[in-house]
Amino acid sequence: MDYATELDLPPAMLATATPLADWVLVLPMALLLMGAALLLVLRRSKDFHAWFAVLVVLGVLWCEVTLLGRVIADGPQAMTMGNWLPPFGITFVADLFGTMFALAAAVVTLVLIAYMEMDRSRGDNRDGQFALVLLLLAGVTGSFLTGDFFNLYVWFEVMLIASFGLLVLGGTRLQLDGAIKYGFLNFLATTLFLLALGLTYALLGTLNMADIIGKAEGANPTALAGIASLLLLAFGMKAAAFPVNAWLPASYHTPPAAVSALFAGLLTKVGIFAMMRALVFLFPASRDLLEPVLMVVAAATLVVAPLGALAETNVRRAMGFIVIGGIGVVLTGIAMPNQPGVAGAGFYILHAIVTMTALYLVAGLVEKVTGQTDSRRMGGIYAANSPLSILFMIVVLAAAGVPPFLGFWPKLLLIEAGLEHAGISTAGVSEIGWGGLAMVVALLLNAWLTLMAGGRLWAHIFWRAGPEAGAEAEAEPLRRLVGKQDILGMGATAALLTLIVIAGLFPGVLFEIVDTAARDMLQPARYIAAVGLAGGGAP
Amino acid sequence: MDYAIAALIGLFITVGVYFLLSRSVIRMLLGVSVFGNAVNLLIFVGGRLTREVPPIVPPDLYQAEGAVANPLPQALVLTAIVIGFAMFSFLLVLAFRAYQSLDADNTDNMRLAEPVGGCRPPLSY
Repeated sequence: MDYATELDLPPAMLATATPLADWVLVLPMALLLMGAALLLVLRRSKDFHAWFAVLVVLGVLWCEVTLLGRVIADGPQAMTMGNWLPPFGITFVADLFGTMFALAAAVVTLVLIAYMEMDRSRGDNRDGQFALVLLLLAGVTGSFLTGDFFNLYVWFEVMLIASFGLLVLGGTRLQLDGAIKYGFLNFLATTLFLLALGLTYALLGTLNMADIIGKAEGANPTALAGIASLLLLAFGMKAAAFPVNAWLPASYHTPPAAVSALFAGLLTKVGIFAMMRALVFLFPASRDLLEPVLMVVAAATLVVAPLGALAETNVRRAMGFIVIGGIGVVLTGIAMPNQPGVAGAGFYILHAIVTMTALYLVAGLVEKVTGQTDSRRMGGIYAANSPLSILFMIVVLAAAGVPPFLGFWPKLLLIEAGLEHAGISTAGVSEIGWGGLAMVVALLLNAWLTLMAGGRLWAHIFWRAGPEAGAEAEAEPLRRLVGKQDILGMGATAALLTLIVIAGLFPGVLFEIVDTAARDMLQPARYIAAVGLAGGGAP
Repeated sequence: MDYAIAALIGLFITVGVYFLLSRSVIRMLLGVSVFGNAVNLLIFVGGRLTREVPPIVPPDLYQAEGAVANPLPQALVLTAIVIGFAMFSFLLVLAFRAYQSLDADNTDNMRLAEPVGGCRPPLSY
């Protein structure tokens, strides 16, 4: 039965098959989902899991490097499922930001698989660990590459259920406690996102992102602003922005360090990128209405989060507050969406994916050396393991944004954006936009407080002679990291940090990429054309 | 009819939020469930309530003739129901497991990850 040749082709479908080379756009998700399924089937042969997971992630990396090359050369790439023409089929679109973040997520996962191999022991019943890691990466990659708003929700849920599994794997009482808070609040956030989706569909009649951009211009601005505020709340919860951040420090320190690192590097970044996508890209007019809210949220997140880190003695909980501070940095870019602002926010997400992961990896190594989670019972590791102290110092400096480390460059762009937003060079004193200046001050304050919190943790854990007075009794003798598995963990962490240092020393290429990416985000013409909607539907 | 359903959605969300504000995990679960159903109903109504024929395409045509019901919200709502049910089941098992291990159904008593009172901030340096 070949209807296509007998009848006139309907205007909603492509007749030609998709070229094989175009499949790189969906292959990452397909590979990861199939890999995860296969790992579940082979759950008995545990020694083989890590190798298999590494193979799958390497395949994904190859796809994403190819894809990034094509996106840099030819602009955004799109593919619609079932060869239907948008807005009917589900579209996947690789633009520069999405592809870049997906690539960074895969690199981080590769490092984490090696690190997880360090934590593995024969007796633990974490058979599903690597399968869940692959599923989580599938959810994250899908969220970065999808061009359909409802599909974004589905990938969010894939990511969420995989993270639930990873969080409770092992089933200690601490993990169950953390998982209850993480589970309820994150599920509520995705339900709010779904609510906003339902309203978007009811208002605009479409869920394809490229189509939404066109239809949002003619829609009722009040109704759209309501949808945008719901999206702000939902993605704010996913990203752990200040008033709705309570779940993060309550749960991120409960699973093993490698799992915390995976969450810190990937989950909140997907939330904040989805917020950027929704507010800057899809509904810019509604974003303008919400700008004062965004500025207050950004400033509060920037200042409150590192104060939490300063007051905390549990090392990984303190790291959790630093992760929240990073979300505040990205929020300033969403609050000031000029060219350097969006470029800086995207650059910072890239930096945060690798640096926040490294932060938790180093914290995990510290916990392994001391056998403790509380910094009051630590001390004097500098003498026992000076390489570790160097790794910790580098990651603190990178997180705080001290030049020449990677965190400095996006903050430089964001400060430039703040001054531009305030109109320092063009406007008279009476017309200066104080919001932009407030963002600059908050960013600098955040860098200072983060440096202080991180530096003090370093001083407590490594520099002082021994545990705090009164806590010596609980402290254990320091372990030396000399076993084969320990060296693997150290090596993986050092490799990730080397990447951060090199990227920080040679940021030129990244600057060019985020500049183009930000232009695409602010002027979506290339994106819409890639999806095939600009010229009346024909590709 | 649309207004009646909109009012029903509002009622569901109110009940859901009320239950979610509770300290008992089981009541929170009920809240999540009711809230999720409010959202499902909203998506369904988002495709407009109409009395049209089912969206079935005759064998010799590519598009249905005349006005048909909107099938897309049904696909969306089906996805949302399945995902919501999976999440609800997971949270239910998690709540039961937490009840067994932590011996607490009241979130006020679940303070292992965030100890009561916390510790004082470190004073040195």
